[in-house]
Amino acid sequence: MMRKEVWILLIIAVLVALFLSPFASPFPDGLERVAEDKGFLEQAEGKEVIHSPIPDYVFPGITNEGVATAVAGIVGTLITLAVAYGIAVLIKGGVAPKQEARKGQETG
Amino acid sequence: MHIPDGLLDAKTWGTAWVLGGAALAYGVTKTKERLQERQIPFMGVMAAFIFAAQMVNFPIAGGTSGHLLGGVLAAVLLGPWTASIIMATILALQAFIFLDGGITALGANILNMAVIAPFAGYWIYQLIQRLWNNRTGTLVATFIAAWFSVVLAAGACAFELAFSGMAPLRLVLPAMLGWHLLIGIGEAVITTVVVGYLTRVRSDLVYETAKV
Repeated sequence: MMRKEVWILLIIAVLVALFLSPFASPFPDGLERVAEDKGFLEQAEGKEVIHSPIPDYVFPGITNEGVATAVAGIVGTLITLAVAYGIAVLIKGGVAPKQEARKGQETG
Repeated sequence: MHIPDGLLDAKTWGTAWVLGGAALAYGVTKTKERLQERQIPFMGVMAAFIFAAQMVNFPIAGGTSGHLLGGVLAAVLLGPWTASIIMATILALQAFIFLDGGITALGANILNMAVIAPFAGYWIYQLIQRLWNNRTGTLVATFIAAWFSVVLAAGACAFELAFSGMAPLRLVLPAMLGWHLLIGIGEAVITTVVVGYLTRVRSDLVYETAKV
């Protein structure tokens, strides 16, 4: 069983991804700003080594930019949830917490 | 401060991959030892929350923005080793799916944001929290540690850029630190609010510091 607070954190994550991400500040972040000011930002232009499916958090094929960002946000949040959960299960030796609880009930 | 491809030279990103990768490999071993089975869903939710929160850039000053890193948030609640795995997972997904941070630069981004930020932050947290061992102390320690984690990660990033010959250290270090002194305040506020909320009723979601 997940604690109530953890459920609420998950709900907040989904709400942030859906409704707050489209309102993110478009200003450059600290590193981009420094790269711009010191004149080395152009060194990164065209240097991408892979083709990203959802570049810059804009889901392709959606014309409304806010919606495209919100969709990218929720997709990314759910992928992150699944991958991090999966990694946690793998690291702990493939024991999902539910199975562990069941085991506990059987032996206890 | 996700470094894109093209800004770091091969010796720098290669070294960063080795250092970041070694820390992560050890982090997997430590997480296997320390993470409790009941914390597995929390680890997933923490990663999802940090990913979502990282999308929301907040404006700071002079046409510059910042966003949460989340290294100290994860470290205070799940311990620094688990935090490093969470942060590295997020950084890898951002690089491969969202073009946020480079692939060659992923090792450096992991070193800065998945190793230096959670660990340096956690050590500072632990130091203050041991001297001031109650709820207020925990929250003050969280605030200060979160701020330092951003500033120190930005400092590391500046060194990597300087090693790569992008700009002299005397220019790039103060510039990176200057902006991140401000961004760190946002990090500190968000981290403290979330830790405060999660521990408002019971403190058992906070990682047991004695175990580190």
